[in-house]
Amino acid sequence: MSDLNKLTLSEARDGLRKGDYTSVELTEACLTAIEGAGALNAFVHNTPEIAFEQAKAADARIAAGDAPAMCGLPIGIKDLFATKGVPTQAASAILEGFKPEYESTITTKLFDAGSVMLGKLNMDEFAMGSSNETSTYGNAVSPWRRGNEDTALTPGGSSGGSAAAVSADLCLAATGTDTGGSIRQPAAFTGIVGIKPTYGRCSRWGVVAFASSLDQAGPMTKSVRDAAIMLETMCGHDMKDSTSADLPVPNFEALLTGDIKGKKIGIPKEYRLDNMPEEIAKLWDEGAEKLKAAGAEIVEISLPHTKYALPTYYVIAPAEASSNLARYDGVRYGHRATLAEGEGINEMYEKTRAEGFGHEVQRRVMVGTYVLSAGFYDAYYNKARKVRTLIKKDFEDVFAAGVDAILTPATPSPAFGLGEVSEADPIQMYLNDVFTVTVNLAGLPGISVPAGLSSTGLPMGLQLIGKPWEEGDLLNIAHSLEAASGFVSKPEKWW
Amino acid sequence: MSIDIDTARRVAKLARIRVEEDALPALAEEFNAVLGFIEQLSEVDVEGVEPMTSVTPMRLKRRQDGVTDGNMQEKILSNAPDAREGFFAVPKVVE
Repeated sequence: MSDLNKLTLSEARDGLRKGDYTSVELTEACLTAIEGAGALNAFVHNTPEIAFEQAKAADARIAAGDAPAMCGLPIGIKDLFATKGVPTQAASAILEGFKPEYESTITTKLFDAGSVMLGKLNMDEFAMGSSNETSTYGNAVSPWRRGNEDTALTPGGSSGGSAAAVSADLCLAATGTDTGGSIRQPAAFTGIVGIKPTYGRCSRWGVVAFASSLDQAGPMTKSVRDAAIMLETMCGHDMKDSTSADLPVPNFEALLTGDIKGKKIGIPKEYRLDNMPEEIAKLWDEGAEKLKAAGAEIVEISLPHTKYALPTYYVIAPAEASSNLARYDGVRYGHRATLAEGEGINEMYEKTRAEGFGHEVQRRVMVGTYVLSAGFYDAYYNKARKVRTLIKKDFEDVFAAGVDAILTPATPSPAFGLGEVSEADPIQMYLNDVFTVTVNLAGLPGISVPAGLSSTGLPMGLQLIGKPWEEGDLLNIAHSLEAASGFVSKPEKWW
Repeated sequence: MSIDIDTARRVAKLARIRVEEDALPALAEEFNAVLGFIEQLSEVDVEGVEPMTSVTPMRLKRRQDGVTDGNMQEKILSNAPDAREGFFAVPKVVE
């Protein structure tokens, strides 16, 4: 059977159980697709031996009637997840050659459930970026193009390789991580679904740390149903992550009833930016209309501190990054600079980090160092933590007033061309996360759903934001939005 | 608040990242762009607001203070750029 790589997780799961094909066949189809997609630079370390071994084991489990939902399904893993014996570099030169001796909790859960790992996926270095242009592996390229142009577009970032791979059908789904929008923005840019769960839902153990109070992992998939299936496998309490929530994980797929009658959906007025492109505003209005037609009640809401979310993020995230990335010192793993005669340990640290970290990572580590330094800690870091409290309270007030979920655009524009947003102007790039970053600061679940095409034929996404721990309800509303939007477009194959 | 070249040099030193002298002016400029953006926070009235310590209100789990693993010296050293006789090796530290 051909085109098995184009299946969704739910279709493939059902087909495997019926015996229409095997996991080995699914895996072969994906590996062939990956081989032919070098131009996308999505997969950066391929693991066909592991994949076939896992696929054979999965076929045996399916035959024996012991098949969890993810059993036999080939997926890609973002390079941020530690995978035992497999290169794990967080797309940084400083981790060149690093092969973990351990497996992250999330990949352990996925593999225990029978998932098949095809390889590791490209991303921005240490997940710092919104276009996958800071990767040591080079840019990941979107399978989408503007009309008949051949300009290479960004798949978004930081989970750009994951987005490109899922959108181009190189794998059935992929893991992503999201610190300020790194699952939802690339999902929106490539016409796929991406959910960042509530902070604490997914264990961070074995996920290379960027900003620990904001980082969460989540699935990137071809449908909301797939997101529900994969998220359930990824969630759950882990003693090895002290911020992991000890709460039962619902069967998210069973909660996709399609019934959203009476749900109150908030439309935050502060998200209507002055310079918002017409087609994004229209997409947003139509999304609200569709939810209304499905029985939801639409209400205007106010999140007054929205404007301060990005500046708050650009204090807190670099501060935490500067602390987390202190471990890359050339001693225990990764790159160590060659020293000249007479140079000592300080030269080793400084040269190693100058050679190993890319420009954006260096910039953020230094900004973080500055805002945490004596004399500025109160003015910047503590101030940002107080504003973060206010941003979270904005959401608490809205939910307390009876709102079930909030609808916003996922991104301020469709995907841009690689190199189009200047490296010299970091603020311009940071603005990509204007709608998503509030959700990380407040620790809430957020999902991006493809909702339409731009005038240039590129996907655009809408974001739904849910209450803490209510991923089930959020997925159900997203499922309705997905059904009403009827987004079925796929990129035309040029690679 | 404006960052001059001396401050940029000091921050790079604190962050243990070598920045060549001729790259410092551009770095200071980039810092100023980012800090100018962050400066907006000064408008916000935070009188009486607690700084956030944990985004989800939950008590951290406690566990028995006991040894749960160990005896994996080889694994721990396996990725080291320089490991000798069971130790991480580094250039001379004591002057």
